[in-house]
Amino acid sequence: MASINTSSTPDHLLWKGGIQPMKVGYGKLMMWIFLLSDTFTFSALLISYGLVRFSFPSFKDLHPAKSIHDFTFSNNWWPTPEKVFEAVPFLHGVSLPLVFVGIMTFILIFSSVTMVLAVEAGHRKDQADVEKWMLWTILGGLTFLGSQAWEWSHFIHGSETGLALADGSKIFGANLTHNEYGPAAFADFFFFITGFHGTHVFSGVVLNVLIFYNAANGVYARRGHYEMIEKVGLYWHFVDLVWVFVFTFFYLV
Amino acid sequence: MATVAEHIETQDHAHGHGHEEHHEQSFIRKYIFSEDHKVIAKQYLFSGIIWAVIGGLMSLVFRLQLGFPEMDMAWLKPVLGQWVSLAPDGTGKLDPNFYLALVTMHGTIMVFFVLTAGLSGTFSNFLIPLQVGARDMASGFMNMLSYWFFFISSVIMFWSIFLETGPAGGGWVIYPPLSALGEANPGSQSGMTLWLVAMALFIVSSLLGGINYVTTVINLRTKGMSFDRLPLTIWAFTFTAILGILSFPVLLSAALLLIFDRSFGTSFYLSDIYINGHALPNQGGSPILFQHLFWFLGHPEVYIVILPALGLTSEIIATNSRKPIFGYKAMIFSMAGIMFLAFIVWAHHMFMTGMNPFLGSVFMLLTLIIAVPSAVKAFNYITTLWRGNIIFTPAMMFAIGLVSFFVSGGLTGIILGNSSLDIQLHDTYFVVAHFHLVMGAAAIFGMIGGVYHWFPKMFGRMMNDTLGYLHFWLTFIGVYLVFFPMHYIGIAGFPRRYYQWSGFETFNTFADLNAFMTIAAILAFAAQIIFIYNFIYSIFWGKKAPANPWRSNTLEWTTPINPGHGNWPGEIPTVYRWPYDYSKPGSESDFIPQNIPFSATPESNLPEENEMISEEKEIEKIEFNHNIPD
Repeated sequence: MASINTSSTPDHLLWKGGIQPMKVGYGKLMMWIFLLSDTFTFSALLISYGLVRFSFPSFKDLHPAKSIHDFTFSNNWWPTPEKVFEAVPFLHGVSLPLVFVGIMTFILIFSSVTMVLAVEAGHRKDQADVEKWMLWTILGGLTFLGSQAWEWSHFIHGSETGLALADGSKIFGANLTHNEYGPAAFADFFFFITGFHGTHVFSGVVLNVLIFYNAANGVYARRGHYEMIEKVGLYWHFVDLVWVFVFTFFYLV
Repeated sequence: MATVAEHIETQDHAHGHGHEEHHEQSFIRKYIFSEDHKVIAKQYLFSGIIWAVIGGLMSLVFRLQLGFPEMDMAWLKPVLGQWVSLAPDGTGKLDPNFYLALVTMHGTIMVFFVLTAGLSGTFSNFLIPLQVGARDMASGFMNMLSYWFFFISSVIMFWSIFLETGPAGGGWVIYPPLSALGEANPGSQSGMTLWLVAMALFIVSSLLGGINYVTTVINLRTKGMSFDRLPLTIWAFTFTAILGILSFPVLLSAALLLIFDRSFGTSFYLSDIYINGHALPNQGGSPILFQHLFWFLGHPEVYIVILPALGLTSEIIATNSRKPIFGYKAMIFSMAGIMFLAFIVWAHHMFMTGMNPFLGSVFMLLTLIIAVPSAVKAFNYITTLWRGNIIFTPAMMFAIGLVSFFVSGGLTGIILGNSSLDIQLHDTYFVVAHFHLVMGAAAIFGMIGGVYHWFPKMFGRMMNDTLGYLHFWLTFIGVYLVFFPMHYIGIAGFPRRYYQWSGFETFNTFADLNAFMTIAAILAFAAQIIFIYNFIYSIFWGKKAPANPWRSNTLEWTTPINPGHGNWPGEIPTVYRWPYDYSKPGSESDFIPQNIPFSATPESNLPEENEMISEEKEIEKIEFNHNIPD
């Protein structure tokens, strides 16, 4: 690493032109700027979510005397997340609030760790290690996407009891127009924001596969540097960071 | 000029960026899928001019409707088809829904396709590498993608004009529920879908371009081109790019949510709506939410439109006043101030939404603060002109015209920024007059001035001056004749986006004024034909341009008259001074280009500049760090 950035130009001349003032190539700069831009995309979505979420009363607002154990689903109040997301595959009927999404989050964050290790291996120009850690990262990303697919599918199919409406009909699960867990807006934002994030994760996995393929074919070894791993790594960490916010807003608050 | 040539000769040729070896390219790679910033700039310019003509013609059609509401439009039937409905006696009327589509498309086209893509796309692409001293943009490939995303977006937007239900008709601000429900307006059917798709692609294009501009300015400045020696054009383009990078994604979010509301039954913006007595199932959304998201882009967008024009004007006015720009740093800080404030004033477009009056006064205060940096800029232009050795080239005329519009349109901005006054004037023609002067006409004048000024660099030929003056005076007078009376009918209470007012007794006294504005608009549009003729004629048959026709200081004039791929045939010149050394006391020449070292001009150096001579050797030794991977 030290050898890469040494230059004959002293520091006081760095901003005088003719050289990269921040000691980074244009590719990495572009990635940083893009991520800044994407931050605004997600911020807009999450702020919109917040605005609509607080235009609805919560269960506690309407029933100050009742505790969380009395919680029931209704289209009239915003649901309490740990009552919505309490299912885990193969453990049918067991209430495990936020356990599954916790596992998902852990997997995604862990894939960030393996990405860091891949970047570090790239600095050492150790092709075998880059391949190994990239494979783990890809696996983490795919597992996360698979888990999200399961979570969505569970959310869409809904509970066995469903929600009885005033006219006596029942709705099961949630889609973009109906929602057994609460107002339709809750499902709308859930699908849109986690879906938008999932699309980012998917793009990240595609990029990861591409750079894994290139690394495995020795493209970066011939090029003499593993900068691509770093750039895609930045994107991958960003996607993780966004998930932390999505997780906080949808599952914790 | 001899000193310039000598100086380039004496530099060593060992160092280069690898772009400069000349290789022949096929026609398609050279002119269509080109990665060369100069070709991409011209592609943007031609697209922008075509869009401007389309948008301008649309405005003439609705101006005819407004000025002459009883007019027989049957003669437009061959062009507009079923949008002109024929009465049994053979007279034709413009379809009211198509009127709405026309104003919507006029706004969309002018704001996004002409004054964003056509203005920034042309001049950021053309001038950033040439003025900072780079071989090309940081990523030529992404730059090419940026244009072609814009092209696809243009094709889709153009296609929407020919739909049976017409193009989008909900106003360029596309507020839901009007834009979300096909039942609300025929333009809110397929036309709106195509509008949203086109804009999503446009945003991708804008991001690809903007990211490229900023990285190029950071990483690829030539030796000695520190940030305090950047021409103001580059500062303006950089700030514009940052505005676009940070605000367009919010419009993307807003547009995606709207697409879901329109096509997939979600309720992000919809709630409590009845159509023909039947309730829609949508509950819980907020149409005000859309307005917040839209204006978070929409307000920065007006600065995306005006800042590049102001940057071009700074350069043109300084060059043609033969004086340094007054307050170089004040100009930079005021642009930075405008950029920052642009993000926190959006709700002044929404005083009528029932927001908390206290919140309204916060936004009002922030809005009025923008008058400060704007006034700094206006005064700096005037003080640059003050006692200057002014050369009235057509570009200079247009630049001065911009200052005039910026001042007269800006004054009404102060009026509209006050929430109490805005509540009275909201959505009247006063607002239309305000923004057409301050960002419409002003930005177009900046763009046209830029074309006149940099035409010799773009095409190696000169445009005709006489036609240029004719074009200027007709346009300048035409614009004022259109928009000045518009303030009066605005104060009189004329609302925007109304098909006709002949049903209101009180407005009848203004019928003449409306007819007058329409005639002025036709005159102003006709003047553009002179420009287009001059532009096309000069590309092929104009007088051959000299190397530095305006005797300007910036680096683009040190390139060959027709710069090839890589811009400079040899070493990129080193920069030693700021770009505004015009009429420097002691100097024989009235301009000293940026690449002339202080050591070569002892007769005109200021004391602190003499001290910088010792630094020159150091700067010449700076080497691009090829060990840093891209």
